[in-house]
Amino acid sequence: MAVRGNAVRMIEPAMNLDQLIHERVRLGIVSALAASKSLTFGELKEILELTDGNLSIHARKLEDAGYVSVRKYFEGRRPQTAYELTAVGRKAFEKYVNHMEALIRAMKPKEK
Amino acid sequence: MGLRADMHEHALDNIKFIRSTMENATAFTALPGYGMAVVGLSALVAAWLSGRTQTDEGWLAVWTAEGMAAILLGFLAMIFKAGQSGMSLLSQPARRFALGFAPPLLAGAALTAAAARVNHYGEVPGMWLLLYGAGVSTGGTFSVKAVPIMGLCFMALGAIALFLPYEFRNLILGLGFGGFHLGFGLWIARKHGG
Repeated sequence: MAVRGNAVRMIEPAMNLDQLIHERVRLGIVSALAASKSLTFGELKEILELTDGNLSIHARKLEDAGYVSVRKYFEGRRPQTAYELTAVGRKAFEKYVNHMEALIRAMKPKEK
Repeated sequence: MGLRADMHEHALDNIKFIRSTMENATAFTALPGYGMAVVGLSALVAAWLSGRTQTDEGWLAVWTAEGMAAILLGFLAMIFKAGQSGMSLLSQPARRFALGFAPPLLAGAALTAAAARVNHYGEVPGMWLLLYGAGVSTGGTFSVKAVPIMGLCFMALGAIALFLPYEFRNLILGLGFGGFHLGFGLWIARKHGG
């Protein structure tokens, strides 16, 4: 486990990873929004199996960074919140995925 | 060497997480709403046509053709929407949907053949709606809420149809395969991007 912890600590600076996306919950939010044009708060909560509070906190961080945009509207009398990935967020996500793929190729364990 | 393998494993784990999250999110939206609405329109045409047939065999032929056309239309619409979102039709959510959806449909085909063999058509519309609804409900468990709700509506209508007079069969099939597909299809299209 200690080795794994070291590995994670080494990856981040070595690859200049976007810390905002690297966090698991935020990575989940961005990944879900990358696959779908728009998702409501309820849908994201269900897909990622998160609590309201946890999702709110992480979605707000992504919103503050300009990675996601938020649209509030009423469906009947019920208020709804829908999230979309912005162009900046999509670019950051693609860069992160490219980083991971490069790491997989570079760090592939050699055959004995 | 251990560290290298661990970094590789960590990156791989991240990519797997991204892929599975994207697949789950796509399962919420990959259902083709507009395609479903087109299937509904074709079912309304079939309900009108089948009302003009003179024999039970003719009636069954119209609905069998409609069933095949609906499967083809639905499949093409799914390919189109999956292509737009860059997801494979062989993804886990798609396989999960197919595995839940197909068995009740196959059961329906076998039971229809058995009913036709003995010229017993009375319960066929109710049975179709019930089994189709069961397939949609189980296949759509992990999809948008509209899908399992639509399945339950089909099942409820199927249960009612079993106790309605024979003369109502085209009306009830038109309402189910036509009305429900059209209504839920447009709802899904509006809320989930097509």
